[in-house]
Amino acid sequence: MALLEVRDLTVRFVRRGERSFTAVDGVSFDVEPGQTVGLVGESGCGKSVTSLAIMRLLARRGNEVSGSVRFEGTDLLKLSDRDMRDRRGRDLGMVFQDPLSSLNPVIPIGLQITEVLERHRGMSRKAASVEATDLLDKVGIPDPSRRLSEYPHQLSGGMRQRALIAIALACRPRLLIADEPTTALDVTIQAQILALLRELVQDTGTALIMITHDLGVVAGLCDEVNVLYGGKIVERAQRHQLFAEPRHPYTHGLLASIPRLDAGRGEKLIPIRGSVADNIPWDHGCAFAPRCPNALPVCREVQPQLVPDRAGLLRCHNPVRPAVAAGGGTR
Amino acid sequence: MTRPAGDVLLEVNDLKVHFPIKSGVVVDRTVGHVYAVDGVDLAIRRGETYGLVGESGCGKSTLGRAILRLSPLTAGQVVFDGTDVAKLKGEELRKARRRMQMIFQDPLSSLDPRQSVESILVEGMHAHGLDKDKAATQRRLRQLLAAVGLPETSLRKYPHEFSGGQRQRIGIARALAVEPDLIVADEPVSALDVSVQAQVVNLLEDLQDKLGLTYVVIAHDLAVVRHISDRIGVMYLGALVEETDADSLYQDPLHPYTRALLSAIPVPDPQVEDTREQILLAGDLPSPANPPSGCRFHTRCPWKQASLCDTDRPQLREIGAGHRVACHYAEDIRDGRIQPHEVKAELVELTGALNPDLGPPDIGTAAEIL
Repeated sequence: MALLEVRDLTVRFVRRGERSFTAVDGVSFDVEPGQTVGLVGESGCGKSVTSLAIMRLLARRGNEVSGSVRFEGTDLLKLSDRDMRDRRGRDLGMVFQDPLSSLNPVIPIGLQITEVLERHRGMSRKAASVEATDLLDKVGIPDPSRRLSEYPHQLSGGMRQRALIAIALACRPRLLIADEPTTALDVTIQAQILALLRELVQDTGTALIMITHDLGVVAGLCDEVNVLYGGKIVERAQRHQLFAEPRHPYTHGLLASIPRLDAGRGEKLIPIRGSVADNIPWDHGCAFAPRCPNALPVCREVQPQLVPDRAGLLRCHNPVRPAVAAGGGTR
Repeated sequence: MTRPAGDVLLEVNDLKVHFPIKSGVVVDRTVGHVYAVDGVDLAIRRGETYGLVGESGCGKSTLGRAILRLSPLTAGQVVFDGTDVAKLKGEELRKARRRMQMIFQDPLSSLDPRQSVESILVEGMHAHGLDKDKAATQRRLRQLLAAVGLPETSLRKYPHEFSGGQRQRIGIARALAVEPDLIVADEPVSALDVSVQAQVVNLLEDLQDKLGLTYVVIAHDLAVVRHISDRIGVMYLGALVEETDADSLYQDPLHPYTRALLSAIPVPDPQVEDTREQILLAGDLPSPANPPSGCRFHTRCPWKQASLCDTDRPQLREIGAGHRVACHYAEDIRDGRIQPHEVKAELVELTGALNPDLGPPDIGTAAEIL
């Protein structure tokens, strides 16, 4: 049995006097123990809302969440608030994008870690403080015992993100959700944090859901990658396959539009035309159709279903053919 | 691409921008300086794209703004087409600015929300007296919109009615309105979604081909910079550490920092990611208010040697054609005579100076941490 089974997860934003908006639209995926799963997409594709829905961090008011999120067999969406609080931090940890706004600015770092240990593992303050020093050391913060009494503003961005990872790992959760953990950081610091995450996953056997817009980050870290567009998964594949032979025109377009460090000079980028604002609703066809170079008339009439394709899944009427993909262009 | 060597449009000589750190409630005392840009020399040829890369806090944006006189200069020269812009004042400076324009990172906060696109575009032309003929102005506006790929109906719209990519196009059109020679683009695509980034990058390239513009592109994303630049300067703590053409920088990086920076950038290809060797830098960027002695990179450099590195500040020197690097041991590193070693991460105090009594903390080697 998978560690986490997300089935048909749907999140609708409902505001009075406004038309409701489906941010996440029937997303299903599994996470096996020790596996790293990527959720990739651009802003507005629903990747962050998916993670917040799994952690039950969306306000009840204004959000309608349906579907199921089974963690070792228990549906998290059906738990009472009290039971969910027990799970958060203990079984599921989360690392957010901006460490400064997710750490409490008026509480020292140490207390923010020991709080978790006392709450979930019933440790005494003293034992917790020893453990906290250990944790800070493990995530690579120099001079950990001194840092315990410091406040978030006294740490650099990279150090803050390490502290946040230490908090998320304090109870050795079996699942860690990282929502754009390196987007706010410089590249050399990003490389440090990614190496840290990779090592922690290997050492502790923690499963990881990596949410990012950066395909480069995914390429080095994830076992399986889900590409989201307009709230739906449009393609899923093992990372080697996804990057070598992207099947969905969106995935293919994304890969063709990012400048690669190792590409030859003078190669023209092939952008995806239009922007996310050009989407059409999924019930009238494929949301990506207005921007898709492969679009057929059927794409604007019939909603494509997510069907098995090679070793993965694909939601497209007219996918990119591998030979064409290898050639580098679809137009 | 080789151009006549004498055709330099912009020359920067020993440029320094120091910001004072003030303290005190009643009397402002200057207690120190942030050495944002500390001695930069560079020359940019007409029609080329010069990329400036570096991490946050390295002074790349300040340098870009100083070139346009948007930041006060502490010392140095900025020679634009023969005139030293740093010495210009008042009306002369205002006139000189027509030829040097800027594109900003965040297209929403750099456009006035209460101005229509037409008014945004005409404003600069009006300031420089280019809008005398009404019919010609209208023609020019339509030309501008066509050049950046916006529909003519955009003129009456306001910035909030556009998407991020379209707003950046408005920002570009505004810069082009006064027919500049030089455009400084500060992180022109980093606020945009990946699929839209490519549109703007291509637009910038097309405009350069058509109008013969000279660009200074400032970005933290080396992949983007490498894609559009002819030559690239890498900055670290207020100074250039390496400068060369885009291909050599990738194939033959000489400065240890450039090497680490290149290896830190994720490549969207699992095969490359699995096989390539990463140079992980230990610790954080030191504070620009209290830069390390000697070579500014020596606190994090895996190739640091016992002599020179922490005492003498290396100057940019030429190694090979057009390849400048500021490292005492560049040749030895290139030829493999010096091997990288582990670096202990030094504590970086955000609040001020490093405490001299404390000494480096014992925290294990970089390999243990990372």
